[in-house]
Amino acid sequence: MRTSWMVTVGQRLLEALPTLFGIILVTFVLTRSLPGDPAVYFAGPAADAQSIAETRASMGLDQPLPVQFGRYVQNLAQGDWGVSHNTGRPVIEELGRRLPASLELTLLGLLLSMAAAIPLGVLAATRPNSLVDHACRVVVTAGVSMPVFFTGLLLVYVFYYQLGWAPSPLGRLSFMYIEPPKVTGLYLVDSLLAGDFEVFRAALGQIALPAITLALFAMAPIARMTRAAMLGVLGSDYIRTAKASGLAPHTVLFTYALRNALLPVLTTLGMVFSFLLGANVLVEKVFSWPGIGSFAIEALVASDYAAVQGFVLSMALLFVSLNLIIDLLYTLIDPRAGGEAT
Amino acid sequence: MNAVATLRHTRYVLGENPLTVVAFSLFALIVTVAIFGPWIAPYDPIASSASRLQPPSWDHWFGTDHLGRDVFSRVIVATRLDLFIAVSAVALSFVVGSILGCLAGFFGGWTDRIISRCIDTIMAFPLFVLAMGIVAVLGNSVENIIYATAIINLPFYARVARAEISVRRKAGFAAAAKVAGNSDLRVLSMHLYPNILPQMMVQLSLNMGWAILNAAGLSFIGLGVVPPTPEWGIMVAEGAEYIVSGQWWLVFFPGAALMLAVFCFNMMGDGLRDLIDPRRRT
Repeated sequence: MRTSWMVTVGQRLLEALPTLFGIILVTFVLTRSLPGDPAVYFAGPAADAQSIAETRASMGLDQPLPVQFGRYVQNLAQGDWGVSHNTGRPVIEELGRRLPASLELTLLGLLLSMAAAIPLGVLAATRPNSLVDHACRVVVTAGVSMPVFFTGLLLVYVFYYQLGWAPSPLGRLSFMYIEPPKVTGLYLVDSLLAGDFEVFRAALGQIALPAITLALFAMAPIARMTRAAMLGVLGSDYIRTAKASGLAPHTVLFTYALRNALLPVLTTLGMVFSFLLGANVLVEKVFSWPGIGSFAIEALVASDYAAVQGFVLSMALLFVSLNLIIDLLYTLIDPRAGGEAT
Repeated sequence: MNAVATLRHTRYVLGENPLTVVAFSLFALIVTVAIFGPWIAPYDPIASSASRLQPPSWDHWFGTDHLGRDVFSRVIVATRLDLFIAVSAVALSFVVGSILGCLAGFFGGWTDRIISRCIDTIMAFPLFVLAMGIVAVLGNSVENIIYATAIINLPFYARVARAEISVRRKAGFAAAAKVAGNSDLRVLSMHLYPNILPQMMVQLSLNMGWAILNAAGLSFIGLGVVPPTPEWGIMVAEGAEYIVSGQWWLVFFPGAALMLAVFCFNMMGDGLRDLIDPRRRT
């Protein structure tokens, strides 16, 4: 059993390789199809014909494309993702510095939305056409129709301007506080580790609105899928048998039905992540959140290509690894997905 | 007889789900505004005036922005551009996605493997992020926003087309058409493709709202549409800095217009699906 699971994991990792190759190929094509001649661009505005030729040779642009691609992959593997023209620092360093901010926001948003959407979906499925069911439908419809930046700005207006509950939507921590000593880079975790509850509360205040914005956005697909999956499971034979055997209603509902219904929900999480990582960029702009999304927006506006490429690549790698984790979780939860077990 | 039955079915489905009726009327309204927008708008959408940041009033229904422009006129005029971007992007991905999906589903083998691999590679990116990258490379223009949105929507059409064609590929009517002397391409385009059109249309209207959201998101972060051109995403972006000082109307009305348009297309998509494919109702 244990070894067969290892084999499954190995197989799944191997299957991710072509995807990885595809992603790197696409970003390579994106770098090479920059408007104009990249050598002219990177040599700078004061370059003459000779220095352009030198830049071309030093960047390997005079080599055949497969050689260039090999070199590109090699550079990426060695952590050389180019230098950001905007900040003058290596792209990978910039991304690494800003990644925790984005991760903290995305993960908190996802946790919040799951905490709200799964119970909502279960309630809606157990009471079709009730008030909860209609509420679920409203959430699902509104969630897919609301532009995420619009939701964020509405929340800012209501909770910052009107009610004054939230701090001003500028970054992760008000300048009055000192950021907690870096362990994980997630302010909420770090401040707790340092035992500094005041900073924790301040960081929580800052992250609340952007995280709720993301959560509202991600709730729709999760609630919809939970409801549909629960409806399917509740109508199945083994639930009828379990009920007929006289099991307590909550045992039937949670142990028998919910566990099985969560499998398709887990599968949709992959798609949810795709949307979340995109929405994250917009939310970061609304709340001036210093994550990789706002870094990418600045880079886009300034035509800082190396930075944009690094951003696209890192997001894709993040997405692929998240999908991988979901798949592996799936094989853990559902032995049938392991292949040999059936 | 058939037409009567369809009509009865349509009326039945619409009666079951009054929201669909609302969605179709909203759609008619949006299209009307898109066509006649410049004539409906009471003010010039790009003419600034001295009355800046005025709250909604009888003269300016949606208030005025930081340059004294009438928000109502701008929201109205923007409809055409937003709709144009979304419709052209979706049309492009519909056509290209159909062709790729049909080829993959019909021929199978290596054709299928290569096309599916390319589609999977697109899907391996967070889609909005990929769109940002594409616009960065192609250059910052409305045209490129359309291409980027089309590329990230393409997989949805290609997958539906591939799945539906590969199910029908071996069907009796396809074999009969082949035996009657039609070429492969003719069987595919004249006999198989019309059969999957309903499913593709459902996908189209479900996808439309998402395309509008993506295009608006791109212009919200400053790509594509250049000020002072009125467009919903960029209007929200311009109004964003005034929300902390309480001038909500700059953001609210273009945002609400965007939301209404997306809501309308989603509802229409659900309605169309109920009409065409009742088994998939949820």
